[in-house]
Amino acid sequence: MATIFITGMGNISPQKTWGDAPLLSEVTEHNSERLACVEPDYTQWFDPRQLRRMSRVLKMGVAAGSIALKEANITVPDAIITGTGYGCLEDTGIFLTKMVENNEEALNPTPFIQSTHNTIGSLIALMLQCQGYNQTYTQGAFSFENSLLDALMMVKEEPALKVLVGGVDEITDLSHTIQKRFGIFRAQPESNLNLFTTGRGTVNGEGAAYFVLSGEKVNDNAVGVEAVATFYKADEQTLKQGLDDLLRDAKLQVSDIDFVLLGTSGNAGTDKTLLDYTLKMFPESSTGVFKHLSGEHPVASSFAFWLAARMIQEQTIPSAVMLHDTGRKPKNVLIFNQYFGTHHAFILLKSCRASG
Amino acid sequence: MDRTENFFPAFHQDSAKGKLHDVVNHECGRSTEIVADDLGIHHFISTINTACSSSVNAIALGSRLINHGMLDIVVAGGTDALSKFTLNGFNSLMILDKEPCRPFDATRKGLNLGEGAGFVVIVSERVLQQEKKKSLAMVAGYGNTNDAYHQTASSPEGRGSYAAMQKALAMSGLSVTDIDYINLHGTGTLNNDVSEGTAVKRFFGDQLPRMSSTKAFTGHTLGASGGIEAVFSVLAIMHQCVFPNLRFEATMPEVEIVPQQKFEQTTVNHVMSNSFGFGGNCSSIIFSKQ
Repeated sequence: MATIFITGMGNISPQKTWGDAPLLSEVTEHNSERLACVEPDYTQWFDPRQLRRMSRVLKMGVAAGSIALKEANITVPDAIITGTGYGCLEDTGIFLTKMVENNEEALNPTPFIQSTHNTIGSLIALMLQCQGYNQTYTQGAFSFENSLLDALMMVKEEPALKVLVGGVDEITDLSHTIQKRFGIFRAQPESNLNLFTTGRGTVNGEGAAYFVLSGEKVNDNAVGVEAVATFYKADEQTLKQGLDDLLRDAKLQVSDIDFVLLGTSGNAGTDKTLLDYTLKMFPESSTGVFKHLSGEHPVASSFAFWLAARMIQEQTIPSAVMLHDTGRKPKNVLIFNQYFGTHHAFILLKSCRASG
Repeated sequence: MDRTENFFPAFHQDSAKGKLHDVVNHECGRSTEIVADDLGIHHFISTINTACSSSVNAIALGSRLINHGMLDIVVAGGTDALSKFTLNGFNSLMILDKEPCRPFDATRKGLNLGEGAGFVVIVSERVLQQEKKKSLAMVAGYGNTNDAYHQTASSPEGRGSYAAMQKALAMSGLSVTDIDYINLHGTGTLNNDVSEGTAVKRFFGDQLPRMSSTKAFTGHTLGASGGIEAVFSVLAIMHQCVFPNLRFEATMPEVEIVPQQKFEQTTVNHVMSNSFGFGGNCSSIIFSKQ
């Protein structure tokens, strides 16, 4: 199979992941169970009148998409593919609130129009006047993986295509209040940097990360996307078989995986299971973690995808990420994500540096 | 949107109130996960939300995954339930007709909301041979585009829908004269029917096939409509028939489209089904007789 390259990336997350700063040179500490994004100044993309009508998920999504396109040096992509677990929660909440307050009368349609999951991808299309393929996946913690698979199939079909693909999810006051009542986040506020040391539950996260994928290599330091696979309520045997299939297709051995980026989330039980699997499946690889930086959310793997690509580009693993260091340089990096123990996924990236 | 709207009034009064049981399935992908739980599927699952074109895109995705050799058997379609949220939403847009809807009629006033679920089972050639089965129909082509004109309104010339039909037909290798019946999106709104009618007329020219909107029977079932209308399309091929566009009386002044007015037995080898959604998402799919 011809290699599929990442040619541009844009990431807005609870860390400062946009702009020119070196990779995670400063780690943002959040002393709360709600990790809000470090957001850029949106007036560089929208006028104030537009901004007033836009929820954060739309602002973050369009901005991350614009950053990725700019880095890839293209104005209009051939396709726009978006993954979002919860979609446009802010507008959904506004419309529900007004339905109750106004007793279902005289409602403003704008929040209703903007409440559907495809609003993010279609707003990007509208702003770019992009009439190409436009798709939105919303399969919980597989939303980004589904999007990535679609993009990979598309570029395989036509390597010249330039596909904008990403994951976007927002936290709102309402969604956070409701999710907290399920007891899935830690009850006492403490630093996100202690996520893995106390094991008292996960923290809520959000973010928007878009990528441009193409079959055409544009620079010598390009990162390749090899494969993606998802597993729903799967046991260890199913995951092991899935890994073997994925590595066989990529013509790699387990020992070729230099670094495994793990989706541990601060829940003692599910973290232990994932770490046990990892020790057995990847005894020779370095490992690292990311959800203390991004928080837990359905498309947290899009943050991991950005992080893995940056680590491959820079051939370095930030100390904030490293869990077990074997000293290996990150050439083949596997993301091994899990979401509340029910959703598992692998994403394989590789260095395509001309010098090998 | 499903039971979250039942949870919300109590929650709005007091954020500690409202039954959490009512929000556990809020995520759009939950219905797919419940189906996967029931069928014991542990590998690929997916949910698409491109508003009212969602389930055509789901059927197209299933076909692509089979064509890429990744899957052998896929169940794909869509489901949507009536809710106060969507009823209020469409009401606030003032595109609901209080009377039964009249797609493509000059006096049409809007859509009727409906609900339902429509799914198809798609299999690879290999499975069909192994099982020694004859298919009900084949997925011959599909196209997905964006109108990129307005968040809710379609462009007057229907550029997105035209491009979706064009892509689907090109993939099928058929020509416009091969299409025997179009199951139109035909919501009954002023905007959709003119835009879609204009695109159909531009695309098919003088060779207009028989066509109808079955939404006059079902109402607009939103995310499920592509799945439900895929089933109607396959039924048209199985039973060699076309369905009437109920309550049509007078052609629209903007573009002259005369839909099928009677149930009729006729040769049906190739059916095109259109589905368009908010956000400019346009999809068209072609089913053919094997």
